[in-house]
Amino acid sequence: MAQSTRATPAQEPWNDPHAQPYIRIENVTKKFGAFVAVNNVSLNIYQNEFFCLLGGSGCGKSTLLRMLAGFDSPTSGKIYIDGTDMEGTAPYDRPVNMMFQSYALFPHMTVESNIAFGLKQDRISKTQTTQRVQDILELVQLSPFAQRRPHQLSGGQRQRVALARALVKQPKLLLLDEPLAALDKKLREETQFELVNIQEQTGVTFMVVTHDQEEAMTLSSRIGVMNAGEIVQTGTPTEIYEYPGSRFVADFIGSVNIFEGRITEDEADHVRIDSEEAGCSLYIDHGVTTTSGAKVWFAVRPEKIAISRDKSDADENCTSGTVQEIAYMGDLSIYHVELESGKRVRVTMPNLVRGVSDAITWDEQVYLSWRPSSGVVLMA
Amino acid sequence: MNNNRSYFLISCMVFGFAFLYVPILSLIIFSFNKSKLVTVWAGFSTKWYGALLQNEQILQAAWISLRIAFVNACFAVALGTLAGFVLARLGRFRGRTLFTGMVTAPLVMPEVITGLSLLLLFVAMQDLIGWPQGRGITTITIAHITFSMAYVAVIVQSRLSSVDESVEEAALDLGARPAKVFFVITLPIIAPALVSGWLLAFTMSLDDLVIASFVSGPGSSTLPMVVFSKVRLGVSPEINALASIIVLLVSMGVIAAGYLMHRQQKIRQRDIQFAIAANK
Ligand SMILES: Nc1ncnc2c1ncn2[C@@H]1O[C@H](COP(=O)(O)OP(=O)(O)OP(=O)(O)O)[C@@H](O)[C@H]1O
Ligand SMILES: [Mg+2]
Repeated sequence: MAQSTRATPAQEPWNDPHAQPYIRIENVTKKFGAFVAVNNVSLNIYQNEFFCLLGGSGCGKSTLLRMLAGFDSPTSGKIYIDGTDMEGTAPYDRPVNMMFQSYALFPHMTVESNIAFGLKQDRISKTQTTQRVQDILELVQLSPFAQRRPHQLSGGQRQRVALARALVKQPKLLLLDEPLAALDKKLREETQFELVNIQEQTGVTFMVVTHDQEEAMTLSSRIGVMNAGEIVQTGTPTEIYEYPGSRFVADFIGSVNIFEGRITEDEADHVRIDSEEAGCSLYIDHGVTTTSGAKVWFAVRPEKIAISRDKSDADENCTSGTVQEIAYMGDLSIYHVELESGKRVRVTMPNLVRGVSDAITWDEQVYLSWRPSSGVVLMA
Repeated sequence: MNNNRSYFLISCMVFGFAFLYVPILSLIIFSFNKSKLVTVWAGFSTKWYGALLQNEQILQAAWISLRIAFVNACFAVALGTLAGFVLARLGRFRGRTLFTGMVTAPLVMPEVITGLSLLLLFVAMQDLIGWPQGRGITTITIAHITFSMAYVAVIVQSRLSSVDESVEEAALDLGARPAKVFFVITLPIIAPALVSGWLLAFTMSLDDLVIASFVSGPGSSTLPMVVFSKVRLGVSPEINALASIIVLLVSMGVIAAGYLMHRQQKIRQRDIQFAIAANK
């Protein structure tokens, strides 16, 4: 897996009130007729970031990128790149290159001329163009295909040509719409690695749409999660995973168990929740700002729940159920446990030793427990 | 049962083909007739072909027709492409419906009306600005451009709407100006449509009798006009010979086009096989 260049705390420009964002998206809305594709999105992206946009199909990710590249103009709101208002600036005058979801290769040109096209527009010298095209072809492992036309390539090869064509100009901002979706696992990891390398060497700011959570987690400095045209949360991969702001985000990134309940005790440093669904009282070691008795949700990740045959002595954060299903995944096992309330809970456990003979099996009565700091309370 | 049906289908096919090709075949056969009477066979001869080569009037008309058709096809492609591009790519602008209607109206307008209105226009223009002076090759060419341009526009529009617009956007994104994108990306991609548009405009112009009759002047009779006026005086074997030559040329064109397309298909298929093999 590619090593991430995640910013260290000292270089987290989004936490620095004096930092100038490279891209500033302010209250941008895009409507197609009456349909709202992007709804009041505000977003700051900083120089040298690797920003991933995650979200379901049709939630407006491509539309947002198209507005940054200048193919669509916002119905309302402003986009600033490098401090300049982009309204009225044509795509060919923006310091931006985009890789299209549909690749958009020039069908009548060879792979080589496809990639060289952008350099030609900048009147780069012939020798330098050839050199750069060769280098990038090497990078995406397409050198033997330089003289092919796009229709003579496989889907993954086309995707790499599109990527190379966007990368070769080394713009200030690269917009990649699902750049690696059609590649096999090995090639994808190599290319991820190269993307990170390119970013380190050239200081390009990346904005990448992906459907692959793992990719988003490993590559990005920050992730923006979109739903139905809105950005529902932005944050570092850790923040998004460990402190999701809503049930949608918790459920969208990784898997999660969510219990509905009501707040019974609400203090600055802890809350207690009474949850019928969980079958026990929940104690969480962070405070929330809401009133007692409000309906909330408690989310806990499968790997943070301990499963055992013995009842623990605590009566909070501990519940019981029967094992319905076990899936052996090699490195870990997944247990589906049905609680007395009928709620199914997913628990994962690393397989620390080989072939345990008295391992927990189907239909066994088990106890589930977790720590006060394992989960989060969600208001929405 | 099945047999019955296939007999039925075969006889339908034979009848259909006979309907299409027997007249043409008889025309070719009678062009080799010795007799001057078109309907009486009097033995084989090629003298009408010789006579055709001597016939100044027909040769001149053919030359005029070809010149008009060529100039018309070139202008129609240039103007029709622009119109088709506007229709397919400029999205919704003010008056788009009107523009669409105006571009495509000549397709459905009766030729008599097109011809008459153009004639009135030319006469009025001559009175007002002194151009075009009289009616002749120029006016016929202009008239032909107005209606064949509409066909080209429709062909280009339908071709363009099947081309992914993001290809052009990608070129813009890489720094090319719109005009450059049009010439370097759009035009090469729709080149096949331009070729078929050109050929269509060319044949439509060669074919036209009605509009040309309205806007022609002395000394500018096109081939269809000459043929038509001759036939009115009785069918002459010379015309048969001329028609046979035209049929021969058209068939050769069709066969050549078919061969080229077949070859291209084969190359494409080989390339794809190649790509799959290399990808393993
Ligand atoms: N030109 C258009 N006219 C009308 N609706 C559009 C247009 N372009 C996009 N939409 C709509 O806007 C919504 C967002 O589209 P968009 O392409 O941004 O989705 P996406 O998040 O990129 O999805 P995916 O992951 O499937 O690529 C979709 O519901 C789509 O139908
Ligand atoms: Mg998309």
